[in-house]
Amino acid sequence: MKLTGAEIILECLVREGVEVMFGYPGGAILPTYDAMTKYPQLRHVLVRHEQGAAHMADGYARATGKVGVAIATSGPGATNLVTGIATAMMDSSPIVCITGQVTTGAVGSDAFQEVDVTGVTLPVTKHNYLVYDVEELAYTIREAFHIARTGRPGPVLIDVPKDVQNAVTEFVYPEEDIVLPGYHPPTYASESQLEAAVELIRQAKRPVILAGHGVLMSGATQEVLTFAERTQTPFSLTLLGKGGLPEQHPLSLGMMGMHGTAQSNMAIQNADLLLAFGMRFDDRVTGNLKTYAPDARKIHIDIDSSEIHKVVHADVPIVGDLKTVLNQLNPMLETIEHKEWMTQVRDWMEDTDDRDIIHQDAGDRLLAAHVIHDMWKATGGNAVIVTDVGQHQMWEAQYYPHQNPHTLLTSGGLGTMGFGMPAAIGAALGLKVPNVWAIVGDGGFQMTITELGTAAQERVPINIAIINNGYLGMVRQWQEFFYEERYNATPMLSPDFLKLADAYGIPARRVTRREDVPAAVEWANSITDGPVLIEYVVEKRDIVYPMVPAGADLHNMIRRPASPDSI
Amino acid sequence: MKQTLVALVENKPGVLNRVASLFRRRNFNIDSLTVGRTESPDVSRMTIVVDADAEQIKNQLYKLVNVIQVEEVTDMPNVSRDLALIKVRVNSESRAEVAQLSDIFRAHIVDAGQDTVIVEVTGDEQKITSMVELLKPMGILEMVRTGVVTMTRGAAILPRNGYQPANGQRTNGNRQNVL
Repeated sequence: MKLTGAEIILECLVREGVEVMFGYPGGAILPTYDAMTKYPQLRHVLVRHEQGAAHMADGYARATGKVGVAIATSGPGATNLVTGIATAMMDSSPIVCITGQVTTGAVGSDAFQEVDVTGVTLPVTKHNYLVYDVEELAYTIREAFHIARTGRPGPVLIDVPKDVQNAVTEFVYPEEDIVLPGYHPPTYASESQLEAAVELIRQAKRPVILAGHGVLMSGATQEVLTFAERTQTPFSLTLLGKGGLPEQHPLSLGMMGMHGTAQSNMAIQNADLLLAFGMRFDDRVTGNLKTYAPDARKIHIDIDSSEIHKVVHADVPIVGDLKTVLNQLNPMLETIEHKEWMTQVRDWMEDTDDRDIIHQDAGDRLLAAHVIHDMWKATGGNAVIVTDVGQHQMWEAQYYPHQNPHTLLTSGGLGTMGFGMPAAIGAALGLKVPNVWAIVGDGGFQMTITELGTAAQERVPINIAIINNGYLGMVRQWQEFFYEERYNATPMLSPDFLKLADAYGIPARRVTRREDVPAAVEWANSITDGPVLIEYVVEKRDIVYPMVPAGADLHNMIRRPASPDSI
Repeated sequence: MKQTLVALVENKPGVLNRVASLFRRRNFNIDSLTVGRTESPDVSRMTIVVDADAEQIKNQLYKLVNVIQVEEVTDMPNVSRDLALIKVRVNSESRAEVAQLSDIFRAHIVDAGQDTVIVEVTGDEQKITSMVELLKPMGILEMVRTGVVTMTRGAAILPRNGYQPANGQRTNGNRQNVL
């Protein structure tokens, strides 16, 4: 069968199981867009800005576990993808980006819309390719998908010059195994490592599990729970680990780190054994490394060997797939109890509960934490939540306990404002369910607000909840604490979001009182044939508690004052 | 402490850039980096001398898809060689002195001009550094060093991790069919 390079690209996408591509056409990718007319089974979603395409592919990948695909033209099209690619890289999300490039003869000549995309994206991709020969195309696409989804997943970019897309060749799909001599993701742990781990686990009096994104990516929820229950070990979650383990479980400590729960951080600081499962000791999780978990020995299980000893020295490093390793480890362990430790942990939990904003009366003010809590109740805790970045993200993490995997999608590592709404579009199109919520702040929302057009055109059934406090709230919070309340460049004027939604034909509501939250959620859920928008006008000067200042000791949190009138 | 790593990488465009970019973005300080061909045309070999955590560098290098094998050889018995070309100013007296020094260091004079000679010296880093020190008073006009290449002694070799060079099958079909 004779096919053009463009047709080969699409033929390979079909064979990789791709259903939907997010993209934006342009000169250098036009042959591929033209060939799409022959592949109606591949749905193309026209975005409004390529950054949105990358975030949508990312959201699709995080929600479904499948590889997301973004397509863009050369030059500015490709560079607009970069923020989205870096976001996917930091959070190990499998996406494949296909970009057009100027013709092979023009490469390197500063041609119109030429940019060295493989050079630009080199540090933010797991791997990338510039395909000079149409004969290499099918093989390259197979490799790209393989690399994106295996091992520690990540973004892969394929740059295809226009003449390669136009070249015609005899197409035979390469069925043979992919041979990558330098790419062997690890799986199993060695016996000796496991025995060393068992030894430490048996000796431990005050163990804590640190569960990260790896629990989700490895699908190890059940295995970690078995481990935790058998050894009576409380577990704390990273932001990206949320959903990996049920947060209403009696052993759950909630999130750890800068805005983590006090009981998590206290447990970590007082632990004598940390079990790091698929997490990488990000600085937002550890605080000051010199005083981090000073008495604890560490067992670090990760699929990426470069994470071992990178930040925190591991006493027992285990490189492997978490699920596989725990399936090896669990049978080696008998039931262990830590009664004294659990009593201490429960004391910390009660103290946290007493200070909780949920029990505090806000008067006639609408607090974001209350909104999130009420949304959690109104959605039965079953919604798929996609957040943006900032205060609302942390409140989501604190007040929306997730019980099921892949129900919280958020930009953790890169902290990309503007991620929320496009990622929600990707998630909704991948999951084909109507209960995907984008919880966004007024700042981040306006960074990718253009994608309202995409949601409207494609009738994507996402529910957008804007937590509008009229400030770049997280930055404002830092200014309040650390810059003597000089609120420079954080007050933000927003458009009338209801009128804006109306301009797109999107139904919208504004909520200013707490008692209206459940009805608004119910109303949004009743609309399933397209996007809905709710604007929550919340207290402007609210603070996310607890907070560990950047670089401070993890146990030195700024706690919420216990008195009810100083929220 | 300086550490030496030897890496086998796929001989493809951009691989050196990937390695160099990794060192830059992870803030690893490179002392020297050499690349050259091996007995197999599909594989290049790098010798990297660094002043950083070699274990971390090794793990980071393995994350590059084109890196086949990495080994830290600092503490293994090995042969390390650096080559320098040194252009020295000479006159009728010092010419003999340079020749004598070259003898001692088993170096060669590979070019002799009216007022200059080029000395080629091979050896480990220390040997070359000492030779340079001795030549300095005569006036070094130009110098270039290749950087260190290292190979472990004895039967131990850097395993290929089952590397098979790409064969003609890595295509969609027949190259002649490309229009």
